[in-house]
Amino acid sequence: MKIRSQVGMVLNLDKCIGCHTCSITCKNVWTSREGMEYAWFNNVETKPGIGYPKEWENQDKWKGGWVRNGDGTINPRIGGKFRVLANIFANPDLPTIDDYYEPFDFDYQNLHTAPISDHQPVARPRSLISGQRMEKIEWGPNWEEILGTEFAKRRKDKNFDKVQADIYGQYENTFMMYLPRLCEHCLNPACAASCPSGAIYKREEDGIVLIDQEKCRGWRMCISGCPYKKIYFNWKSGKSEKCIFCFPRIEAGMPTVCAETCVGRIRYLGVLLYDADRIHEVASTVNEQDLYAKQLEIFLDPFDPKVIEQALNDGVPMSVIEAAQKSPVYKMAVDWKLALPLHPEYRTLPMVWYVPPLSPIQNAASAGHVSMDGVLPDVDSLRIPLRYLANLLTAGDEEPVKLALKRMLAMRAYKRAEQVDGVQDLKVLESVGLSVAQVEDMYRYLAIANYEDRYVIPTAHREEAMSDAFAERSGCGFSFGSGCSGASDTNMFGAKKANRRDIIKTVQLWED
Amino acid sequence: MSNFNFLLFGVYPYIALAICLIGSWARFDLSQYSWKAGSSQMLSNNRMRLASNLFHVGIIFILAGHFVGLLMPEALYHSFITSGQKQIVAMVSGGFFGILCLIGLVMLIHRRLTDARVRATSSTSDIMILFVLLAQLVLGLLTIVASTGHLDGSVMVLLGTWAQSLVTLQPVKAAGAIESVSVIYKLHVFLGMTLFVLFPFTRLVHIVSAPVWYLGRRYQIVRQKGVKPAMPRPQRPRTYEVPARETVAPKAVPATAKSKAPV
Repeated sequence: MKIRSQVGMVLNLDKCIGCHTCSITCKNVWTSREGMEYAWFNNVETKPGIGYPKEWENQDKWKGGWVRNGDGTINPRIGGKFRVLANIFANPDLPTIDDYYEPFDFDYQNLHTAPISDHQPVARPRSLISGQRMEKIEWGPNWEEILGTEFAKRRKDKNFDKVQADIYGQYENTFMMYLPRLCEHCLNPACAASCPSGAIYKREEDGIVLIDQEKCRGWRMCISGCPYKKIYFNWKSGKSEKCIFCFPRIEAGMPTVCAETCVGRIRYLGVLLYDADRIHEVASTVNEQDLYAKQLEIFLDPFDPKVIEQALNDGVPMSVIEAAQKSPVYKMAVDWKLALPLHPEYRTLPMVWYVPPLSPIQNAASAGHVSMDGVLPDVDSLRIPLRYLANLLTAGDEEPVKLALKRMLAMRAYKRAEQVDGVQDLKVLESVGLSVAQVEDMYRYLAIANYEDRYVIPTAHREEAMSDAFAERSGCGFSFGSGCSGASDTNMFGAKKANRRDIIKTVQLWED
Repeated sequence: MSNFNFLLFGVYPYIALAICLIGSWARFDLSQYSWKAGSSQMLSNNRMRLASNLFHVGIIFILAGHFVGLLMPEALYHSFITSGQKQIVAMVSGGFFGILCLIGLVMLIHRRLTDARVRATSSTSDIMILFVLLAQLVLGLLTIVASTGHLDGSVMVLLGTWAQSLVTLQPVKAAGAIESVSVIYKLHVFLGMTLFVLFPFTRLVHIVSAPVWYLGRRYQIVRQKGVKPAMPRPQRPRTYEVPARETVAPKAVPATAKSKAPV
């Protein structure tokens, strides 16, 4: 056993209102640079839909994630090492910019400078890549917002597999949910495995997956390797970039920007201890539907004295173990089994988990009654089909989704009985296997969702990471590769300035 | 032997090689963020698979052929084939892969100049290097035509002597060997040396990053933080009292979020 710690995230989809604040704040902090306009480290999709980039879940098309071979080994779906290298000159599985969208700006200055005419001046779109006029914007990072586009297009959503999807195109059967997405910081990242340069690595102390921008050579295999399509090619720097889980903030004990700014308070950050020696075995599980349960097995009980001792021996600091004991992620994923991984069938062992959303009880009004499963409403009659959620979160196994939804319903029923009727409804708790203490905790974490409960992040031990703290003085902080020497406008080696716009200026001044 | 000839083929190669090595070292050390393949595939994938593969497969064979052909001493291959036969082999294989490379290169140049996205995001050096390679490739193919006039391998041996003398630090002998060959070969050799000069300042640097060692590495890479201190830091005592699992919500939890430290 080799114990490592990982900062994981849970998103409570039941409370997501689809406001995109996470996406916008993330973009403002990390990707508002030329070359990365099209990239959203965090984006929010309306489901059902094909998503961003188009059909990212269709691995027959994009070949992301891992495949298990007949002999029990696994390798990236894009191919073994020879095939990866053989495709290095032109990657056949690479999404192009049109699969994301062509980033654009508008000629706002025309509104100020247009000559007097019979018509109102307009600000027409312009490509941020070619700098040329775009006659029509045909796709964007959130084109399917609230079921935009026709159903025939959204019908291609992979999660409709084995769902009688066509009836959901009818107005009265329509359903939708929001899915905020970011890098999963997987335990078994397929991007890292497909990087020919070995530039992608996982940090031992917090599990954050990063791309070494110095070592990346732009072979762009990681973009195909990642099944979540959460690695983006910066066309200006020629290197891949990805969500960095706001590691400078995590190191300081602060939540990521997307979590911090979430107005719905749906995001949770906490530490999980896991057994690194079992990653390969778990990722190679025969049956895809067992991957969720197997991944739960890899997480270790932070209260177990043996685990604590082993963790200390493996170099996990006590502060991290204490954080793991208070981890909201552990509670929601392991204790209560409310949070589920996104597409475990990709075998990457993702570490951003989702609490499935409740939805209105279908046809309840028309039928005059709600079909009941014991003391709770039957989750099969929820407007969002169980099968759809199961395809999204548990490789098609409906039972874990059912349990999570029932537990959330039970919590509501219990608290309603307690606060409205003044009675303690223990029967409803029994039916879903929760104790009073657990349901009170659930209420505290899900409904109240205090800042201190949502984010339990131990500060990084920087003093251990630096051999000589004195040498760090007068450092230049965040920079693009050339240390502090970024003052000159020309680079001897042809590097373009990352913080300067060459194609079109976004801020145009009156004087121009 | 003219001084000019000596300067071009006895001195310039060393200058070019020195610029290549020192320049690459400097770039790797000072500006590794700029060290990249410089792919534009994601901006325009149209016929990219055909063009890029033709170009790269062609040029890799050509480079390998030059390396072997120029640097292998006569004594090594004379027990198998004669110089004349070797020249035929070189002309046929070089011609074949040269044509492949030429088709790919012309497609790539066409793409770079006509695709609006690729054109707008190209640097001057991206475009320049394509044309230098095109010129070098056309010169190389022309030497095949020129070689049909003398199939005995004599010119090839002279060029081999030039290269081998250079790497054995005999510039005078090298320049002497190449002096009598036709101007078309000399242009090709000169431009080839110039490519070494351009190497550190263009995207050509990705050649030396060819990730062959990927075949030998394990799939996952985990980095430990910093350097482990020589002496283990004093940890808190290993024996640890297990706190009781927090089961009941503290009564004092207020119903609103608060107490976040003001930023």
